[in-house]
Amino acid sequence: MSIREIHRQLAKKERKVTEIVEESLTKIKEVQPEIGAFLAINEEGAREAAKKLEQKLSTTLERGLLAAIPAGVKDNLCTEGITTTCASQLLANYQPIYNATAVEKLLASDAIIVGKTNMDEFAMGSSNENSGFHPVKNPWDVTRVPGGSSGGSAAAVASGAVTFALGSDTGGSIRQPAAFCGIVGLKPTYGRVSRFGLVAFASSLDQIGPITQTVEDAAYVLQTISGHDELDSTSVNKEVPDYLSALTGDIKGLKVAVPREMLGEGIDPGVKEQVEKAVKQLEELGAHISEVSLPNLEYAVATYYILAPAEASSNLARFDGIRYGVRQGKNLLDIYEQTRSQGFGAEVKRRIMLGTYALSSGYYDAYYLKAQKARTLIKQDFDNIFAEYDVIVGPTVPTTAYRIGEKISDPLTMYMDDLCTIPMNLAGLPAISVPAGLAQGLPVGLQIIGKAFAEETVLRVAHAYEQAAGRLELPALGGVRA
Amino acid sequence: MSKYETVIGLEVHVELATNTKIFCGCSTSFGAPANTQTCPICLGHPGVLPVLNKQAVNFAMKAAMALNCQVAEDTKFDRKNYFYPDSPKAYQISQFDKPIGEHGWIDIEVDGETKRIGITRLHLEEDAGKLNHDGDDSLVDFNRVGVPLIEIVSEPDLRSPKEAKAYLEKIKSIIQYTGVSDVKMEEGSLRCDANISLRPVGEEKFGTKTELKNLNSFRNVERALEFEEVRQAEVLDDGEKVVQQTLRWSEEQNTIKIMRSKEEAHDYRYFPEPDLVSLHIDEAWKQAIQAELPELPDQRIAKYKSEFGLPAYDAGVLTSTRALADFFEDTVAKGADPKLAANWLLSEVLGFLNNQGLELKDTLLTSAHLAEMITLIQKGTISSKIAKDVLKEVLVTGKKPAAIVEEKGWVQISDEGAIKAAVVEVLDANPKIVEELKSGRDKVIGFLVGQVMKATKGKANPQLVNQLIRQEVNQ
Repeated sequence: MSIREIHRQLAKKERKVTEIVEESLTKIKEVQPEIGAFLAINEEGAREAAKKLEQKLSTTLERGLLAAIPAGVKDNLCTEGITTTCASQLLANYQPIYNATAVEKLLASDAIIVGKTNMDEFAMGSSNENSGFHPVKNPWDVTRVPGGSSGGSAAAVASGAVTFALGSDTGGSIRQPAAFCGIVGLKPTYGRVSRFGLVAFASSLDQIGPITQTVEDAAYVLQTISGHDELDSTSVNKEVPDYLSALTGDIKGLKVAVPREMLGEGIDPGVKEQVEKAVKQLEELGAHISEVSLPNLEYAVATYYILAPAEASSNLARFDGIRYGVRQGKNLLDIYEQTRSQGFGAEVKRRIMLGTYALSSGYYDAYYLKAQKARTLIKQDFDNIFAEYDVIVGPTVPTTAYRIGEKISDPLTMYMDDLCTIPMNLAGLPAISVPAGLAQGLPVGLQIIGKAFAEETVLRVAHAYEQAAGRLELPALGGVRA
Repeated sequence: MSKYETVIGLEVHVELATNTKIFCGCSTSFGAPANTQTCPICLGHPGVLPVLNKQAVNFAMKAAMALNCQVAEDTKFDRKNYFYPDSPKAYQISQFDKPIGEHGWIDIEVDGETKRIGITRLHLEEDAGKLNHDGDDSLVDFNRVGVPLIEIVSEPDLRSPKEAKAYLEKIKSIIQYTGVSDVKMEEGSLRCDANISLRPVGEEKFGTKTELKNLNSFRNVERALEFEEVRQAEVLDDGEKVVQQTLRWSEEQNTIKIMRSKEEAHDYRYFPEPDLVSLHIDEAWKQAIQAELPELPDQRIAKYKSEFGLPAYDAGVLTSTRALADFFEDTVAKGADPKLAANWLLSEVLGFLNNQGLELKDTLLTSAHLAEMITLIQKGTISSKIAKDVLKEVLVTGKKPAAIVEEKGWVQISDEGAIKAAVVEVLDANPKIVEELKSGRDKVIGFLVGQVMKATKGKANPQLVNQLIRQEVNQ
């Protein structure tokens, strides 16, 4: 049910806040054994918040933008008093003493946080198989991955357990699981949403965004969490537009660029077909379609896998067992070694080692510095396209959701699957994934990319397409829908 | 004459006296109970981000300008990665390739010679926490973590431990003038590491250097360098090579100890701090800071010598702290004779302070007091001798000199009649000495004056006493 619909019911007093929240909690418990989307259920906290809000709404008509909406929060966003593990054994017992700014904003707009969602450990992964606790399964087919790293958030929304969830996107971690789970995922422009309280993976790439059932809901959530934050120097002091009013349905005359590199080698034919169909749909809505080239796209994955691990190696160094987290070992060196070798999973260790290597004296110029230059070239590719076009459109992922275990032993192949999502993080651009039908019964994601801070345009196009193509129904749990 | 030339470079760390830490709002005050001045940001909790304190930037710019550095137009921060429990993020936010200040210099004076010492760079960074070792346990206090620091790196221009000490003293004095730090070595707001190497006289290539740490007083800087200078010379004399290593000065044992060898040196894996945006310092900002710079000791010494005619030594002592120099100038501005003001400050006031272990600000003396007292001397209202007692009273009670003189009845007796009686009495009591004086032994008059002063409890105007004695004797 959409946010608008829930608010209509609230206004007509058809449902109480407590009922809405109870339904969400019941659904979570129902799907959790099968899907594993949650790492913590905020049962008492949610009930208490619901009661308080119920009382508040009985005395005032003023209601927050997300009043009574059950929300999931990715477990790398700090929630005061609720464990925030980043799906890592190392932080299994960590309870933050403060709320992330995005979480504060949800609470200030009367959203009800019902649980913390599962993820790849420290947001490193594309399949959610790297959770330090248990993997997440795709609600469309529980033998398949939900995508990652915000797989728990996507599965929680796709299974109907929550209306929306917050995710974080460093190289596609919101968009890719949204695509795999047949829902909407938006990565805002770098600097649009404060990162304060988001446990950093790669600081220059990370961005928090909504995972929702509809484009309109994404606009609601983005409206709530956007804006400058004094606590985040990289958040941009720029007015937040009214995203809901951007959803006009009108994209006549819009200039759409389709990069041939995104539909080339390695793309699943079923995915390609659905994306081409979607592009035609946009054309029918009055958009002008052109094929373009992003010549430096081929360097994006390599660039990303230097820069992101380099930053991560430094960001994750604080998890040393000294001040918080699960400490192992006795003397100092022992504590460092034991805590980190036992606390971190294999993928996290791999990336810490990659990043440490890339920053090491003697290798810095060849790796880190060169990758920074490649990043600039990739940005320039986008600048060139956006000098002439309003949006870029392509697939979110070259494939549909694959089977659990299928790629886990082949990290390179899994890294390459991020080809279509990584470039936007490198360039800091806003991008949304909207469902574009099914291929062999599994959801396909259409990605719409905009200029920096042009979330309005991205949302407008996504919304127009969603209205024209018809929404994808949420899956019935447990099996493949034909 | 040694056959080696000593080459020394100093790295000086100065804690900036900002109200709050460099990347969060915690207080920076010294001496609070352990870990009470902390928050999730300086404790490096997951998810926190740094926000740069503008006052820290202003202070660093001010220090850079005072040390004749060029202030960068574009500067940025970098992460210096290392694991240690005093570093809660396991990296220190510092500046690597774009320091806020570069290419500075200061002049030092050693054995009457002035020498210019280059400053390679001055950069801004955050301080680490403090480890307290207690038996088998180590405790960490994070109050200090995130206190803004500047690191000032000298060129290898220093040629002796004495020069190193003079350089450090000059840095301290200049920084103290700018007011950006209280530069107290004993509280750790001024710290010093040294690099030292020896090379044969005439050789251009530097010898292998060692780094000395834990030099926590001016005396230790000089002593440790002297010790290491001798040690390296002995190593070289034995035909052996100096090993590049980091050494620690042990004050208790008066010796150096090895901390780590070159092989154990850290690779800090510096890279640009992605959580902060790069910093652009425009001309207007620079000018605003420049305008706040006070007159520095070198400028003041020159002024005291040329305008007030003070000797170089006096000018040097008066400018040793900004507080003293400001006090001196204020006293002069309030009408006191500069030479008298200098003399009174240097002898009586400093003497009192040293004796009591106090600083000027700890007393109740103001520049207005001192100016008033000097004026009283100049007008002949009190004698210099009485003035010493007046000064002591002022230092302790904070009362005005004129009021003290009035209250104690210390007004100098300049009434001829009143003094004459005492003079006659003294002359009558000392006929032999009067005879000597008459016969031309002029210096005995001092004794007679002293007797009259004693009889008048020091209140008689000594010049007048002198004059009256001569009048009486010559009659």
